[in-house]
Amino acid sequence: MSILIDRNTRVMTQGITGKTGQFHTRTSRAYANGQACFVAGVHPSRAGEDFEGIPIFGSVADAKARSGATVSVIYVPPAGAAAAIWEAVEADLELVICITEGIPVRDMIHVRERMRQEKRRTRLVGPNCPGVITPDALKIGIMPGHIHKKGRVGVVSRSGTLTYEAVGQLSELGIGQSSAVGIGGDPVNGLKHVDVMQLFNADSDTDAVVMIGEIGGSDEEDAARWVKAHMRKPVVGFIAGVTAPPGKRMGHAGAIISGGKGTAQEKLAVMEDCGITVTRNPAEMGKTLKRVLR
Amino acid sequence: MKIHEYQGKELFRKYGVATPRGIACFSVDEALAAAKTLGGAVWVVKAQIHAGGRGKGGGVKVAKSLAELRKRANEILGMRLVTPQTGPEGQIVRRLLVEEGADIATELYVGMVVDRGTQRVALMASSEGGMDIEAVATSHPEKIHTLYIDSLRGLGDEAADAIARKIGLPDSALPQARTLFQALYRCFEETDASLVEINPLILTGDGRVVALDAKLNFDDNALFRHPEIVAMRDLDEEDPLEIEASKYDLSYISLDGEIGCMVNGAGLAMATMDTIKLFGGAPANFLDVGGGATTEKVTAAFKIMLSNPKVKAILVNIFGGIMKCDTIAEGVVAAARETHLAVPLVVRMKGTNEDIGKRILKDSGLPIISAANMAEAARKVVAALKGAGRKAPAKKASAPKKKAAAKKTKAPAKKRGEAPGKKRAKPTRPKKRTVAKNKSATSGKRAAKKANKAKKK
Repeated sequence: MSILIDRNTRVMTQGITGKTGQFHTRTSRAYANGQACFVAGVHPSRAGEDFEGIPIFGSVADAKARSGATVSVIYVPPAGAAAAIWEAVEADLELVICITEGIPVRDMIHVRERMRQEKRRTRLVGPNCPGVITPDALKIGIMPGHIHKKGRVGVVSRSGTLTYEAVGQLSELGIGQSSAVGIGGDPVNGLKHVDVMQLFNADSDTDAVVMIGEIGGSDEEDAARWVKAHMRKPVVGFIAGVTAPPGKRMGHAGAIISGGKGTAQEKLAVMEDCGITVTRNPAEMGKTLKRVLR
Repeated sequence: MKIHEYQGKELFRKYGVATPRGIACFSVDEALAAAKTLGGAVWVVKAQIHAGGRGKGGGVKVAKSLAELRKRANEILGMRLVTPQTGPEGQIVRRLLVEEGADIATELYVGMVVDRGTQRVALMASSEGGMDIEAVATSHPEKIHTLYIDSLRGLGDEAADAIARKIGLPDSALPQARTLFQALYRCFEETDASLVEINPLILTGDGRVVALDAKLNFDDNALFRHPEIVAMRDLDEEDPLEIEASKYDLSYISLDGEIGCMVNGAGLAMATMDTIKLFGGAPANFLDVGGGATTEKVTAAFKIMLSNPKVKAILVNIFGGIMKCDTIAEGVVAAARETHLAVPLVVRMKGTNEDIGKRILKDSGLPIISAANMAEAARKVVAALKGAGRKAPAKKASAPKKKAAAKKTKAPAKKRGEAPGKKRAKPTRPKKRTVAKNKSATSGKRAAKKANKAKKK
């Protein structure tokens, strides 16, 4: 098992005709069971065409009905990305993974409000995230597949390359991953650390979790409190941005210390209080995890 | 992106938020003319810089005659205004706002921000206006009233009235307050603001509700649909290096340390800075080269890092995924040559085509110090920095010139690594890092000590 996706997941790409969508659909399809998993593409005016053998449909609903895909990955440019998310939600997909970086926050606020008020069951991962991978089964997103190794450690993170760093360290130590989830660096997004933590806790093939956070917001604290109350598996944590000055947005729209809130020190302290083994040294995320496994 | 108070008030008026009458001025003569146009006997001269706390630094003065106004305008215009938010270097005042004097009966506070927890716009209001609202939030949290606005329904009459009552506005002022709050929310929504603050919001002696100040920040991701707001950008208020970086779609922020760092990915960039500090150094900048770095981009990144005179060593940390290590290596070599790099350079590369990348660095003949992991890289760059303090480092860089010439015939790395990363999906827009000049003053050593202590625990 794994979380969110496995080798039987069927995926459609929204934005399959763009350069980014094409490139990453191609690499994702080349990974593990991707050939069987990527079954559809969506483009409003190019229904009936195909991308390297993947049929293109005019809408998400159409793609779902005719290909059986229940998961979508979005590479649509920022101006139309929120609408693409909503289309997937309206079509009642199980999971939507939005890779697009740079979506206006207002657009995300509206989509999330509608999702809540209409009690939609669709899970959203992202936006501005690397995607989700279940090693040796399926990769949906832009992460390099080859650094992953099948195993029993879950990884959840707000940032892309820092996730790769953690995964790389684990794989080098011979520790494989059950699934790795990038939840994205935007202030308004879908699944949060705590949601992914719950999934890992319930997954019989996950023994421990690496949680990587960064400055800004209070997602990590929320997850830590949940871990303290419910988690049955060891959790290792790291927070990036100890050296980040307040008021400065550190690349990610969500990575900003504002009003003295959301500092790395504060997050690390709460995480430690809640029984999470934290490391201040990002070069030791893998080693720290190895220690708690023993 | 940030704008000036006078620009914020122009927006406010457009949406129906009441403000005092005022005129923006660029010279003392203009200030005098503005006062005459406004009429009356009392004016306020306000320095226009993006940082807050202007009053405390002497940037806001009342004038009760034209002679006094001339004097005040003369004093403020061109001054280096130091406020709690500018840092010790301050900010030169280039623009003034001359306003009619206001008859203040009560000072209140109202602000709006995006609340990540509820994923809604939060309206915050307080009876404690004119003060540092963060201090109020700490000392008297009960005096701050928050309302999370449902974006599908907007700000309703009842909710607006309730907030107005909570901050002590009299019933006679409720209709005005309601109009103001609703107009403010419409302004926030329609301009894609990320923060709107009126501090103070005042009740005048004759019972009017007026925005005496205006602070607005905008969502950089939404600027593509607001050319009218982009037109308000004032480059004088921004760090020149950050402006230069934005031209190359690099995310760069100046910091106070000596070690320049170039990393791909925001999270890894922060983690790299943290590691430097952990090993006793201090980062000179945050720099995310993004997912589609080319030789040009890497060269631009090097130039930007090196134009900071504080930089005494450079650490490059790349986790190649979509971006290949050999592309970065070729970029680093080209950049080191083009900039005649005279400071120690430590490179840590991991991931796709790692071996080819390392070979390129080695074959370049440049004195590049290679590291196997982040910790080693940080340790080596801190050591190199200390070594560089003793020796003259310029020698190192001039040595490999011959080889450099011989290699020039090689195909440039330009296009090869240009994987269509997600950055490509963006429309071209000036990606701005408009942030307070609020620099951390924590010394590197102190923080490292702290971190080590924590580790021992």
